[in-house]
Amino acid sequence: MVMSDFKAIEVKNISKNYDKGKIVALDNISFDVKKGELFGLVGPDGAGKTTLLRIIATLLLQDSGEAKLDNFDCVADFKAIRQRIGYMPGRFSLYQDLTIEENLNFFATIFNTTIEENYHLIKDIYVQIEPFKHRRAGKLSGGMKQKLALCCALIHKPSVLILDEPTTGVDPVSRKEFWDMLGRLQHDGITIIVSTPYMDEANLCDRIAFIHHGKLLTINTPQNIIDSFGNVLWSISGDNLFSLMTKLRAWQNTKSCFSFGENLHFVSINAQITPQDIMHYLKDDSVQVSKIVPSIEDCFMSFMQN
Amino acid sequence: MKQFIIFVKKEFYHILRDPKTLIIIIGLPIIQILTFGFALTNEVKNSKIAILNPTIDETTTKIVDRLEASRFFEIEKSINSPNDLDAAFKSGKIRMAVVFQNNFQSNLLHNKKADIQLITDASDPNIATMVSNYATAIINDAQTELNPNYQMPYQINIATRLFYNPQQIGAYSFVPGIMAMVLLLISTMMTSLAIVREKELGSMELLLASPMKPLVLILSKVVPYLIISLFNWLMIVILSVWLMEVPINGSFLLLFLVSLVFIVASLALGLFISSITDSQQVAMMISLMGMLLPTLILSGFMFPIENMPLPLQVVSNIVPSKWYYSIVKDIMIKGLGINAIWKETLVLVGMTLFFIAVSLKKFKIRIS
Repeated sequence: MVMSDFKAIEVKNISKNYDKGKIVALDNISFDVKKGELFGLVGPDGAGKTTLLRIIATLLLQDSGEAKLDNFDCVADFKAIRQRIGYMPGRFSLYQDLTIEENLNFFATIFNTTIEENYHLIKDIYVQIEPFKHRRAGKLSGGMKQKLALCCALIHKPSVLILDEPTTGVDPVSRKEFWDMLGRLQHDGITIIVSTPYMDEANLCDRIAFIHHGKLLTINTPQNIIDSFGNVLWSISGDNLFSLMTKLRAWQNTKSCFSFGENLHFVSINAQITPQDIMHYLKDDSVQVSKIVPSIEDCFMSFMQN
Repeated sequence: MKQFIIFVKKEFYHILRDPKTLIIIIGLPIIQILTFGFALTNEVKNSKIAILNPTIDETTTKIVDRLEASRFFEIEKSINSPNDLDAAFKSGKIRMAVVFQNNFQSNLLHNKKADIQLITDASDPNIATMVSNYATAIINDAQTELNPNYQMPYQINIATRLFYNPQQIGAYSFVPGIMAMVLLLISTMMTSLAIVREKELGSMELLLASPMKPLVLILSKVVPYLIISLFNWLMIVILSVWLMEVPINGSFLLLFLVSLVFIVASLALGLFISSITDSQQVAMMISLMGMLLPTLILSGFMFPIENMPLPLQVVSNIVPSKWYYSIVKDIMIKGLGINAIWKETLVLVGMTLFFIAVSLKKFKIRIS
């Protein structure tokens, strides 16, 4: 990892409201992204991720605070920043009626470069979609669209890559491939800031920021966040999850109880609680209780609760 | 420069890969010039008339024949009694009835005087006047023919000459007007939609986050539509000359150059519209509905501007097609040169610069 202490992105006390203050999109956000880092903004839809990325990409003006990218101010030096960022919006925004090759060529030329000049950067990704290079972008699958959009954002060798939910609506295999590519780009020295609503993707970032309702909940490495969970986490399964959850949430020993797919994740205020205690309380033969290691999502839920 | 070229190329891909839109922007002007050119006419042709002739004789037959022989009239029916006149007009088929006096010829010969009454349907007053004028002229001609040797003691001769359009062909005035209207509407709509579409599809967000300069972006949106509009213009001119038989009495080169100026002005107006709206629907409404009525009414080709109330006369000055209409008439019909049209051309150049400047100023360098 080519990380250094030089800051690629500095965000200081950024706030942004919509509709004349009725909607608070960002509330006093501050964080840094180091040069060469893969930084994740993790939060549910409507948390403010897109607004924050657009401010960094010079596309929106903040109400207060300041943002810098490679030491250029995002408001005053927007022209310099637009030369050095690769930006991929959340919505597929390439030209649907142009082919893969035409789109790529167009964006290369717009950034005053050619496909040949920086082909090495996109090669790993481009070879996957190259067989379809004469196909129009509108006719591509979701995963291929995102690969093409990434190619177009990369073709001018940006110093910082800003990706807004690049894997939303993409199949699991393509998602995995996409994140592998981000890892490789990071090795080439490109700083990446990426937003995602998927908690499992957060593990793949160097550091992540939890963002919810425009507020930063925490910033840390995924491992540190998991380590700081600080409670024993129980996974509970049974025949009727909903009634179990209602029952658990009514218990005086319960700190939190959320449904995670086939299981319930349960945290007690009583650190000494045993599986037998839980089973005894639930009085249900189908119930199984086991101790598990918390995931990023568990941590996010716990941060949200505090 | 490379940015500009690739952008223009990209714009042509958009146009050529959307055949429906292409057919509309190429076909619409042609259809409009044909329908308007043939439908819009204030000439009175083949007006249906009724004849009430109680005593058919040599003279009345001659007059009726003359009326029928002219291209203005067509005899719908003969009426036998004055009581049927009312019914004939009420049926709505006839515009005029020609009523001869009883014993027309013998009156004429013995009393030196005979009467014809022209009754017109004045529910459309302009047509009624025109129809009765035509009929009077034809009857007067017939009268001179009956008395070739008759000499009045003294006489004032009125010699009327109609300059530029002696045959009073309606197309001479409508074609320039339609040219102005069609070019303005199509050019304005094409550019405004092209830019707003980028906003709607989100690609504007990518373009904004790139080093592309707003001026380059705007100009590269204009050039493709300039080429298409010039093609449209050429089609309209060809149709006008060959099909409507409108002459180009002045210089073709001059006509081309001022048309270029007008098209650029219309494209710039489209840019201006796109800078104040974010949705294709609104842009379409403004450029079609918002432009159609002013160009139709205030260009001067349908209704004379001099007859309008003062406020409307003032407003008509900001309609670009008014100036172009006057230029085209001067060059095509009157055959005048640059001396006659430089003021109008300058107004169009001024409008172009104004619209481009405002569009550049209002161009949003960020997502608002």
